[in-house]
Amino acid sequence: MVELRIESDEDAAAAPVRWIAAIRNAINPTTLVALLLAAVLIFLVANPLFQLVKDSFTRASDHSFTFANYVTAFGRPRYVQALINSMELGAAAAAFASLIAVPLAWGVSRTDMPGRNFVHVMVLASFLIPPYVGAIGWILLGGPNAGWINKAWMAVSGAPAGPFNIFTFWGLALVTALYSFPLIYVFTKSALDLISTEMEEAASILGAGPAQTTLRITLPLALPAILGSVFLVFLEVLGLYGTPALIAIPAGFNVVTTQLAAFFENPVRVEVAAAFSMPMVGISIALLWVQRRLLARKSYVTVGGKGGHREPMALGPLRWVVFAYALVIAGFSVFMPLTIILQTSFSKAWALPMSPSNFTLHNFQQVLFDQLTVRQALFNTFLYAIVTATICTFLGFAVAYISQRRLLPFSQALASITLAPFAVPGIVLAICFYAAYAPPPFALYGFGALVVIAFVTRFLPISFTNSNSAIQGLHPELEEAVRIAGGNQARALWLVVLPILKKSLFGSWLLIFIIGTRELSTAMFLSGPQTRVISVLTLELSEQGQYEMLSAISVLLLAVTGVVTLIGTLILGRDFMLRRT
Amino acid sequence: MDKLQLKGLTKKFGGLTVVDNLNLSLRSGEFVSLLGPSGCGKTTTLRMIAGFIAPTAGTVEMDGKEISSASASLPPERRRMSMIFQSYALWPNMTVEQNVAFGLKMRKVAKDELKRRVGQILDVVQLGHLAARYPNELSGGQQQRVSLARALVVQPEILLLDEPLSNLDANLREEMRGEIRRLHNEFGITSIYVTHDQSEAMTTSDRIAVMNHGRIEQIDDPLTLYTRPKTRYVAEFIGRSNILQGKPNGIRMAFDGFEVASARLGRRGPIRTREFSLRSQNVAVHANCPVSDRVILQGCIIERAFLGETWDYAFQSDTSGLKLRVMAPPLSVFTVGQKVWLEINPSHIIPIQDDHHA
Repeated sequence: MVELRIESDEDAAAAPVRWIAAIRNAINPTTLVALLLAAVLIFLVANPLFQLVKDSFTRASDHSFTFANYVTAFGRPRYVQALINSMELGAAAAAFASLIAVPLAWGVSRTDMPGRNFVHVMVLASFLIPPYVGAIGWILLGGPNAGWINKAWMAVSGAPAGPFNIFTFWGLALVTALYSFPLIYVFTKSALDLISTEMEEAASILGAGPAQTTLRITLPLALPAILGSVFLVFLEVLGLYGTPALIAIPAGFNVVTTQLAAFFENPVRVEVAAAFSMPMVGISIALLWVQRRLLARKSYVTVGGKGGHREPMALGPLRWVVFAYALVIAGFSVFMPLTIILQTSFSKAWALPMSPSNFTLHNFQQVLFDQLTVRQALFNTFLYAIVTATICTFLGFAVAYISQRRLLPFSQALASITLAPFAVPGIVLAICFYAAYAPPPFALYGFGALVVIAFVTRFLPISFTNSNSAIQGLHPELEEAVRIAGGNQARALWLVVLPILKKSLFGSWLLIFIIGTRELSTAMFLSGPQTRVISVLTLELSEQGQYEMLSAISVLLLAVTGVVTLIGTLILGRDFMLRRT
Repeated sequence: MDKLQLKGLTKKFGGLTVVDNLNLSLRSGEFVSLLGPSGCGKTTTLRMIAGFIAPTAGTVEMDGKEISSASASLPPERRRMSMIFQSYALWPNMTVEQNVAFGLKMRKVAKDELKRRVGQILDVVQLGHLAARYPNELSGGQQQRVSLARALVVQPEILLLDEPLSNLDANLREEMRGEIRRLHNEFGITSIYVTHDQSEAMTTSDRIAVMNHGRIEQIDDPLTLYTRPKTRYVAEFIGRSNILQGKPNGIRMAFDGFEVASARLGRRGPIRTREFSLRSQNVAVHANCPVSDRVILQGCIIERAFLGETWDYAFQSDTSGLKLRVMAPPLSVFTVGQKVWLEINPSHIIPIQDDHHA
């Protein structure tokens, strides 16, 4: 904002005065905010990413330039195999996830399937279950001998061994898919929701039956959204740490993330880890670019004007088949794992059947009162999540507002930096922050702040896109009306913008809080003995085979998540977590 | 035999009767419009004909065969009809060519034949050069042509058009309604056209059914509809009308301020009503008293508006409380307060039913 002023006569003697005035003009509140924001974003995003790349080319001993880290990282077939395994796992899980998600999204969005609301809520529920909690549930269900499914099979058939082994590649792929399919569901459903019924009616009047209409018109129209979200799931699986750590390691193979974790075991080889993570970053950037290209063809679903009414397709008896499929999925992803975890949390020994003699409250007592490490971790988890959600919401809003209203010269650049962490898997982000802020001069390792700033960076794209779309829906004339009535920009923000957007800001706060309480991969290398969070502790307990205490922790975590979600739902409506674009 | 017959067609949504005991017959090759304001049931009627909605009562028959009734309806895909949608509903993931070919593929037309017919119809709508384009790369008018080509290429038994021009701007709308009529003349497909725009209905249709509250008020060719509206609703919906109250006085009819021999009124039988319609265009305005055996009224202009193609005058009679709206050509300029004489041909005073159930 440049203020117009009436210039007085000037002469040479007045020149220094003008310089001072010019500097005073430059240091107005807007520039200060700009500099501050730029500094914060450089600290949170640019510097860590830079350190990652720099470290990958740095010799640990004398800080000189080298390619040796890359040679080490990709020199052994075992390491390269981990990369291949990750790609295969990503592909298999994404394929499973789309087989699960697309029929459900279609059933809920476009058909007269019974229980559509129920199915939708079930999908949201599986979205809320942290993948590693689901994985633990499935270890208890599908372990080769003691797993409940196998025991039930042996009891029924009299066979000496069960048929199912979760500790295999396909077991891992299935469990991974069960907790990543909601993403595809959400994208597919919102694309299907946008297709007007006239598109289908046009096919139908020209002679296409319901099946032909669905296969030749409806699904092809949603295809860009489906493909885009399949890519996202592929990327998510690539960066997933918890589930592979729980299942792949016992099964005897490595993926990229578990291999990265191995580089962090003593002695910590950050430089090698940095080099090893480069393909993941490259793939992420490439796939996200493709995904954006796919979704950029927005006109795909919005051709034409009025007449966008929608009617569900009548499936006849087939609707019960689709519903049964949805029930099986809900059973696999929500009911069965949660039942087994709930039961285990009240058991003395998880492999024994539920009986009065096996019942105990000891696990909860341990978790809540006796075990100091667990209490500390619970406290840390919620503290970090609250702080992260607050900073993220504020920062995301600030950048979104400034870039939407173009208040600063480089506001678009600020927006791009804010979105950049989206292309970086959580575990790589952890390496970035370890490389940037663990060594001196910052020496943040062991402080909660290191975990929090990494979390903030990880979730910043979410709060930014949330705020961005909310502000997009807000007409600038509302603020201009304040300005013309005599208020300044700050007053417009305070009196008009924030009151209108408070719900959507609260929604993104809740969302970040919820995913903050369960974030594992970013916390992995950053939390020290005093700054452990629940997710990291869960993994350690699982290595020790303490499934009973682990289940009690999971139950507590899910209870808190459930209550927070319920509050959000009551205040903001059922789908408050899905409103990002 | 009639191509399409609606018999006692009724549709209720909950307690609301949207289409009320509707009867309509179309001859083969006829173009009929359903004209009415939004909510009059015209689109619901069309969707029942298409088979997207089942009627609550009554039937739809095509070539004498029942295709819709309350108990059983042939699904839309087996009716061999075509439809033009308000949004065009072009599939954005297919090229123009693929869009047009879709219906032929569903009818399992052989490849060569399919290619030939698609090419032919695209030439007819002058889009041959855009065959490889995607719909979102076309203008609104071009999209409309694709949608016409897609509907016509299958040589449907019946063509249904659901407000096809409502998304176009005014100039294009005029061009396209001419195009629709031209294509109808060329292919002679029995067509039903739903619209709320009377000029669209007038220019395209052989007959127009004016609908109100789920019923047909009047069905006639455009000229009859305009010159001889049967009900007050039709008189006021089509064009501009003055509604006059008449009182029989022997062999004459007494209006507010003047009398006419009943035999001279524009009637086709005995007059059973007290309400009459007089089109604003059918009144001439003069600055001096004309010599004529028609009805002459003396009074003055009390309001005026220039609409571009016509003047819209409000006339107040000197001898009674009668006020009339009069349309005059652009060069017939009168000022507010000016003394004028109106000349009315009694045959333009049309008796109308004041009750629309008759």
